[in-house]
Amino acid sequence: MSPVSRGFRRKREAAPADRVPPGQYVTKDFPVLSAGPTPHTPLPQWTFSISGGHQPVSWTWEEFRALPTETLTTDIHCVTRWSKLDTSWEGVSLDVLLAAVEYDARYVLAFSDGGYTTNLPVADLLGGKAWVAFGYGGGPLGAEHGGPARLLVPHLYFWKSAKWVRGLQLRDTDVPGFWENYGYHLYGDPWREQRYAGD
Amino acid sequence: MAGTAVRRRLSWQTATVGRVTDETPRVRTLWLEVPDWPGHRAGQHLDIRLTADDGYQAERAYSIASAPGEPLAITVERLDDGEVSPYLTEEARAGDQLEVRGPVGGYFVWEPGSDPGGPLLLAAGGSGVVPLRAIVRERSRTGSSVPVRLLYSSRSWEDVIYSSELELPPDGVQVTYTLTRSQPRAWQGYARRVDMQMLAEVAWPAAEQPLAYVCGPTCFVESVAAGLVGLGYPAGRVKTERFGATGQ
Repeated sequence: MSPVSRGFRRKREAAPADRVPPGQYVTKDFPVLSAGPTPHTPLPQWTFSISGGHQPVSWTWEEFRALPTETLTTDIHCVTRWSKLDTSWEGVSLDVLLAAVEYDARYVLAFSDGGYTTNLPVADLLGGKAWVAFGYGGGPLGAEHGGPARLLVPHLYFWKSAKWVRGLQLRDTDVPGFWENYGYHLYGDPWREQRYAGD
Repeated sequence: MAGTAVRRRLSWQTATVGRVTDETPRVRTLWLEVPDWPGHRAGQHLDIRLTADDGYQAERAYSIASAPGEPLAITVERLDDGEVSPYLTEEARAGDQLEVRGPVGGYFVWEPGSDPGGPLLLAAGGSGVVPLRAIVRERSRTGSSVPVRLLYSSRSWEDVIYSSELELPPDGVQVTYTLTRSQPRAWQGYARRVDMQMLAEVAWPAAEQPLAYVCGPTCFVESVAAGLVGLGYPAGRVKTERFGATGQ
């Protein structure tokens, strides 16, 4: 039973409970959270690669942008408690990217410019649930928000949507990524409030 | 960037507000009495949960202002459209109860001896000074002699948090202010947003292998972190923590 904080009252309108997970509040801003400087990789040097399958595969920026794209509108939920509703994105589905590889692995470790990593089950990347996004709000994805391209896995807390993503390492076992190593949850389901290890 | 795996469960604990101190017209420090606080490292934050008498709850994260081993304190800036920060800065008083859980975060932390490199550069924008102040206090508390330069960007002198404490910094800690909107009469210091020239003058040269901690609003952190990289700091030596004006 939580103690009442004397004099505290709701000031915000109730968030729609079917849209906003427990403990979250809705913001109209798009806050930026990252652990280091924003990297700026020139597009001619950019690649997206998938390793750990039966054969490695890699796309240049031109090849990546020639893949079929999807636009989508979705809600995103940051572990720091902001949720942003109806964000619009353009990207390449992970169904398309992973179809280029034969593999048996059940997990991936996504890796990014700047050394960031995050771990995800392969099942969470398939079935129209995840994208490598290069467009946001009708324009290119800005560098501070992870451009030129970031992972977009909106059904998990947003730290799983790795900014500046450069590839996936397919793995048989689930190994913690960057924030997961610092005590954040291995899976990160916002509807189950899996913020920290043990939640 | 390997971290130490922390796999213990973080539970909500009841905290009682102790002393409160107004740092500026918009910023207050609150000491929190938490009987089973597990301890923290300088730079970490904690989660606060408030419960209204109708059961409504709101949670936010705040940087810890105190050094490990000191009475636990947070320093909160009031955001006028916020829900939690106006309560903490205007309503809460000694004896009030709320809940905390933590500490949280393990990357933006400093411990004596944790880094084999050179001096520390701390760059703060506004209330981004809070976790950096915890680092300065931890340095003093542990007797570390690592040289520190703190570059602190504030709107005006009235907005400088911890001003009396920073006026007489410990040996080996050099504090440089820039006041971006208004300055006292006869102000001799910087009076503009942090830029490359200021960083080149204030920041340790990259050759000294400094370790940088940058905390503040997104635009401040973006510009300072990019500037430090431009001055030759390896990206992995620039730790950042950003906050947006998101109605906290």
